[in-house]
Amino acid sequence: MSAIATPATTSVPRHLLQGSEAIADAMVVAGCRFFAGYPMTPFTEVLEEMAKKLPAVGGVCMNAESELEAIGMAWGAAATGTPAATGSTGQGLSLMQESLSEITLARLPLVVLNMARAQGDYWQATRGGGHGDYRHLVLAPVDVTEAVELVQRAFHLAEVWRNPVLVLGDYYLAHTARAVDITPVDYGPRPPRDWALSGATGGSGAAKLVSFLGSAKQGDGVGYDLAVHYAACADHTEAMLRGVPPEAEEGYVEDADVVVVAFGTPGAYVRAAVRSLRADGVRVGWVRPVTLVPFPSAVVAAAARRANVIAVFENNAGQMLDDVRLAVLGEAPVEFIGGLSLDASGFGIAPMLDVSEVRRRILDVVERRQ
Amino acid sequence: MSDRSRIPLVPTGTPPSQPARLVDDFTPSLVDVGAHHLCPGCGEPIAIRSLVEAIDELALAQRTIAVFGIGCYTAFSNNLDVEVLQALHGRAPSVATGVKRCLPDSVVVTVQGDGDMVSEGLQEVLHAAARGESITCVMLNNGVFGETGGHMTATTVLGQRTKTSLDGRDPATHGRPILLADLVARLDGAGFVARCAVNSAGELARTHRALRRALETQLAGAELSFVEILTMCPTGWFVETTEAPRYLAENLGSVHRAGVLKDVLAETDAAVP
Amino acid sequence: MLTRGTLVIDVEACKGCELCIDACPPRVLTMGTDVNARGYRFPVLAPGCTGCKACSQICPDFVFQVYKYETPLELSTRREDPS
Repeated sequence: MSAIATPATTSVPRHLLQGSEAIADAMVVAGCRFFAGYPMTPFTEVLEEMAKKLPAVGGVCMNAESELEAIGMAWGAAATGTPAATGSTGQGLSLMQESLSEITLARLPLVVLNMARAQGDYWQATRGGGHGDYRHLVLAPVDVTEAVELVQRAFHLAEVWRNPVLVLGDYYLAHTARAVDITPVDYGPRPPRDWALSGATGGSGAAKLVSFLGSAKQGDGVGYDLAVHYAACADHTEAMLRGVPPEAEEGYVEDADVVVVAFGTPGAYVRAAVRSLRADGVRVGWVRPVTLVPFPSAVVAAAARRANVIAVFENNAGQMLDDVRLAVLGEAPVEFIGGLSLDASGFGIAPMLDVSEVRRRILDVVERRQ
Repeated sequence: MSDRSRIPLVPTGTPPSQPARLVDDFTPSLVDVGAHHLCPGCGEPIAIRSLVEAIDELALAQRTIAVFGIGCYTAFSNNLDVEVLQALHGRAPSVATGVKRCLPDSVVVTVQGDGDMVSEGLQEVLHAAARGESITCVMLNNGVFGETGGHMTATTVLGQRTKTSLDGRDPATHGRPILLADLVARLDGAGFVARCAVNSAGELARTHRALRRALETQLAGAELSFVEILTMCPTGWFVETTEAPRYLAENLGSVHRAGVLKDVLAETDAAVP
Repeated sequence: MLTRGTLVIDVEACKGCELCIDACPPRVLTMGTDVNARGYRFPVLAPGCTGCKACSQICPDFVFQVYKYETPLELSTRREDPS
């Protein structure tokens, strides 16, 4: 089954959609009119869906010849003020890093999807895998329903802050089918885009420039000064990190002995395991960061002040673990109960994503800490 | 004239007092500031002047977006009175594609060096040509990475001495140059392909005609237009400034041969009775 | 010498590359012996300029303004003998 994208003023009835398709619908509803990508598991279906949906709304979807062309095309599109997006899985994003860094320094809005394999791309996403001092906002949906909202929020944040925003998904998000409404979220009028290129200011004496080297032109008596430009970018990054409210979902943290922190798909399993343990009278709770950048440090810190132990469950060798430790700052011990859990192909089907297994790991912490 | 030193010089400090009209100003109207720090005898500002004057002559300034690569010529990316989008080394063609696909009525031109376009970015320009994007890709080819101090690129000719081919480019060690215009011309999505130079007035006139033709090809939507312009780099070639025009002709020009390799507009014109 | 055009030469901008010398069809540009503030020699103009713009087009440093006279001038090519 498929849902048909409609203009932003009406919503569509519920349909059973694969996550990839729901994400594509959400992008179209958010106003995305340019998408470029290169097939790679588990991102490929998003590209397929955008290839079907964008031409119907007058947009352009390009199957680029490599991830380098994909990020380049999205860069050019973004510079025209067109809401643009690209994506891949972690390996493909690795190829895009130089461009992602400079697109940020060029102050361009862009939405980037990582349909990741497991959760080993946390550092790549939150620290930025490229060179230099730059940050992206990072959103981590737990399921298809939340992804539909977060993808739209990503386009909005990207334009407000003139900065790339990364949506960190995974194989489960891409391939789980769920009954969803592609409800458009109304963010009000789009911010002005007087920086965007169209050709029209040529010959005026003040032709526009979009450049990661700065925006000062020699005709202004200044010219490129990277020291000045990088300092301004750093100020902007700081303002963005202060200006975007961090978000987390939490449950049962008021009286928990052990609070488990998890993001993305594993967050749903932790949530289910905690509820199941609570039904058995075990005092545990969870915190699920929704924004990974900015990280909801205050929420994690508050949980650490109340709990005896903070446990971190993620499908990697310990990455968000660092951010949790920084947030907790010694208020409580932090234990890692995650680990690499993969299928033979490495696409991120995780044997450990099983409610009884997650329960077992949490109970192990509870019992050892009594 | 029998004795040049005895010929009275014409004063050139101020505009003429006799009635006269200005036929060429110091700086082309689409270049903001004429002073730059490129080397004496550098061919790149000559090519850039020819390009922006072609844009001006065809009245395209208010439709043009120039996508710059990274090299010495990047000195002009914040110095033009046309809209500019700065790209990374080698990556201008894909960025230009994104612009053109979103703004099909704009005139999109890439400005790249040989190190940028043929070394780092070979796949980008070939894919853009294969796709037949109606953009204009301009390569300033001096056979070296000039900005980094004179190193071998994919177009450096055999025998050419650079800091990474100290005894001259040797096929056994360094392979052979890529003649990019010839490669591009073989792709069906290429509409206009030409190679020219700026080392003499005659070559420069051909360069200007090629740039105009390239822009006309884009205006006609006749797929990728490509102009390779051989430029002097006395610093990167380790020759005297005044030797560079001849060095270009003898060493680069004999390998990267000038000419119009493809012109679909001419083919269609010829077909019209 | 019939002179159809003339130049204004921004001598301080010149970097002495001499491209204009060979580019000039009537060969009325020669490199002078003076140097500018940066130490470069710069071109000087003899009668016979046609205002063809070959110099201004090929100059990498935008040194030339080119003028075309409404009425061509006749300029002497012989230096007056003071004696």
